[in-house]
Amino acid sequence: MTLLSGLIFTIGLGLLLIVVIKSLIFEQVLTGGIGSIILEQAPNDVGTANIVSSVLLAYRGLDTLGELTVLFVAATAVGLVLGQPRPDAPRDPDAGFILRSAADLLFPFMIILGAYIILHGHLTPGGGFQGGAILAAAFFIPILASPSSPLNHKVSSLVEGLAGSAFILIGLLALFDKGYFLAPLLGTGEVGELFSAGSLPLLYLAVGLKVGAELAGLLARLHETEV
Amino acid sequence: MEETAGIYFFSYSGALGLILLGVFAMVTSRHIIRIILGLMLLEAGVNLFLIIIGYRANAIAPIIVEGQNAAMVDPIPQALVLTAIVIGVAVQALALALVIKTYKAYGTLDTKELAQRIAEESGTHVIDGIPTEEKQV
Repeated sequence: MTLLSGLIFTIGLGLLLIVVIKSLIFEQVLTGGIGSIILEQAPNDVGTANIVSSVLLAYRGLDTLGELTVLFVAATAVGLVLGQPRPDAPRDPDAGFILRSAADLLFPFMIILGAYIILHGHLTPGGGFQGGAILAAAFFIPILASPSSPLNHKVSSLVEGLAGSAFILIGLLALFDKGYFLAPLLGTGEVGELFSAGSLPLLYLAVGLKVGAELAGLLARLHETEV
Repeated sequence: MEETAGIYFFSYSGALGLILLGVFAMVTSRHIIRIILGLMLLEAGVNLFLIIIGYRANAIAPIIVEGQNAAMVDPIPQALVLTAIVIGVAVQALALALVIKTYKAYGTLDTKELAQRIAEESGTHVIDGIPTEEKQV
């Protein structure tokens, strides 16, 4: 019965969506051509080689701040729901020698890769969110290999808070300097250089540290809970 | 032009298929983890749909490379999807945290059993697994 009604509902929704897609005129209708304008102006306005970054941090920087807030609220809510494990709670035993050594060996390389992706976010595909996810994985793999040495939640919250404040602080500096919150600062520089695009790499660094600390803390909390 | 239409057809039907599969899984499953998996499929479908909206024939990724003058795809949907993926991860983590709490409290993740257990505890009447406001006689 549930299967049949579910099937009918899904087919109905599918037909509706097909009609919606059919009525879209293909190419450039939903964003109204803003995309082409941004593609033309972004190199002069912001100076990033990766135009997605300039949309994310310069044109819609406020939305990214909102996104960081959503992530922060979710991480806080997970901490609130799961709570702290009791100090005498039983922990999983450490993994074998191979996994522990591999985790230790992998750690510096993942940190370097994460930092590279964050710092080149304005030049190549990648940026704060992607690099932050790799940083979080770098800190989470050792926890999986040896659960007896858990993540220090105080440090991760401190990094997260400082990175979030840095993002807002750069935005406020732009507000006093240029009159717009999160406006790009420090000029554009030469497109394609590592030190270009003004304050955007700094913003991406803040985003990356915040996302990394937040995701690592979130994963560690999910891992620490006893079922 | 004929070639482009083919690309559009396949990519839109892929996105549509993922969305419908996700909705179907969410509607028919009784296990909470499966419902969350359905939600993840749905998210993937919507993200793919947004990416396809920005597609242009014979265009490259919106990254400036010296000596490259080809047309670029629309960067706005890509920035939107980046946001959507991160929010999706946050939502999934929160959902899983709540699932852990539910399992600790009731020892089951079957929605029908959960509804019955909750209804028994709160003293409401149960019809086909759906608790109603009516009090038990």
